[in-house]
Amino acid sequence: MGNRAQTAPDPVVQVRDLVVCYGEREILKGIDLEIRRGEVMVVMGGSGSGKSTFLRTLLGLKAPSHGQVEVLGHNIHTADRRTRLALRRQMGVAFQGGALLSSLSVGENVRLPLRAHTRLDENTMRIMTRLKLELVNLAGFEDMMPAELSGGMVKRAAFARAVVMDPKLLFFDEPSAGLDPVTSAELDELILRLRDAMKTTIVVVTHELESAFKIADRISVLGEGRVLMTGSVEAVRNSDDERIQNLLNRRPRDAVLDGDAYLRRLTGTDA
Amino acid sequence: MTRLLYRIGDVTLHTLDQAGRMALMLARSMVAILRPPYDPFSIVRQIHFIGVRSLLVIVVSGLFTGMVLALQFYNTLDRFGSMDMLGSTTALALIRELGPVMAALMVVARAGSAMCAEIGIMRTSEQIDALECMGIDPHRFLIAPKIIAGVLSVPILTSIFDVVGIIGGYLVGVVIFGLSEGAYFDSMAAGVEWNDVAMGLYKSLLFGLVITWIATAKGYFLHLERGGAFGAEGVSRVTTDAVVLSAIAILFGDYLIGAVML
Repeated sequence: MGNRAQTAPDPVVQVRDLVVCYGEREILKGIDLEIRRGEVMVVMGGSGSGKSTFLRTLLGLKAPSHGQVEVLGHNIHTADRRTRLALRRQMGVAFQGGALLSSLSVGENVRLPLRAHTRLDENTMRIMTRLKLELVNLAGFEDMMPAELSGGMVKRAAFARAVVMDPKLLFFDEPSAGLDPVTSAELDELILRLRDAMKTTIVVVTHELESAFKIADRISVLGEGRVLMTGSVEAVRNSDDERIQNLLNRRPRDAVLDGDAYLRRLTGTDA
Repeated sequence: MTRLLYRIGDVTLHTLDQAGRMALMLARSMVAILRPPYDPFSIVRQIHFIGVRSLLVIVVSGLFTGMVLALQFYNTLDRFGSMDMLGSTTALALIRELGPVMAALMVVARAGSAMCAEIGIMRTSEQIDALECMGIDPHRFLIAPKIIAGVLSVPILTSIFDVVGIIGGYLVGVVIFGLSEGAYFDSMAAGVEWNDVAMGLYKSLLFGLVITWIATAKGYFLHLERGGAFGAEGVSRVTTDAVVLSAIAILFGDYLIGAVML
């Protein structure tokens, strides 16, 4: 296992034949994906493509109906409590809305993983918190409450919290959604810096094309619960798959729909 | 007919499902809190929220409940010429029934609803998911401290309610109607037994558990509500549900313990 060629680094995340359902609705219909060590993998797709469900399943928050997700060599859904905890300590997640605990200050939020998983003394934790907050240009906001910050600042604080344990694997859910172009570009820079400096493997789920093309090493495009393609930025740009081109060119999905089907859908006679 | 059967089955399954989830949540929280490292301050903070900050409403409602009780009892006892019994009747009614029930209802209104809404919002804003992803057990971090604080606070609030209620009865019976102070307190000492106090205590312990359990579970499982609960509307719906369900549970539990212990 150890002597792999450099061109094929071992997968950090391995997804095999993943099927996920909500009730009786199948959201993901058999996904295979490999995320390699040290790469930025962007999972792209329009709304309803299943990318949020995919992320939740990768994080172990949603159990699959079929197939498996291996993170750092362990199945995240079936691992025992101790293994899962060990995995989580090596993973950082920045949620779309930040998901800072509203009852704690920004500093306390960033410190939370340290407090839960390390035995560092208060002073060291404070210094680490400040370092990470400086990384996202939030130095001096330590004592403020999440409610006092702007949306972009909450997102950046969540970013700091995600990286405070120096994780091997980082997940970002829509990092640039709802941010101004400057902040969004800064976050993109930060993602690349983390990859280069820390060799962190980074998974970004987004629908923002510009940011995706800028940061991705590889892109995986989801559509209607399946992987439409996985490849380099160039390969995705040049793909001749109509659905991918629709996504890239922001063409509505139902632009070509035959009149009869449309009428049936409107009148509800389509059983 | 099949529709009706289908509907009955659906509701039954959902209710069982929910009950099972709630039981598991309680069990997991209680197991989680036993694991080191311990964080007693999280419980202290919740006692502050549930207990200390409910004090004012408990004192005010206790005072008026005691005053109204004494007023009504005085009128009734007056007809039979047994005003001497005012102390014991007021105290018994408070200690056995009204103290536990009213204090619990006040805690539901003030703290239960707030807890439910807080956890519900944490669910919809992915804060609970974030905790899990950080490897922090939400049962231990969020739920357990609240339930333990509830079990500890409600009996204390109930006894405060009882004492203030007895003072309220004193104000009406002795200060306003001029009953002798000795008669008021002597009949109380003679009429109230340990059994009565124990009944009130058991009730309040149970209510403390039930209130915090329902409030936290309703918020925690917001995303699994029937028909899907989402965002602000979802939070308001589960909060209302939690308050109604808690109130019913309190009154039902009150009857149940009363029937068993009498």
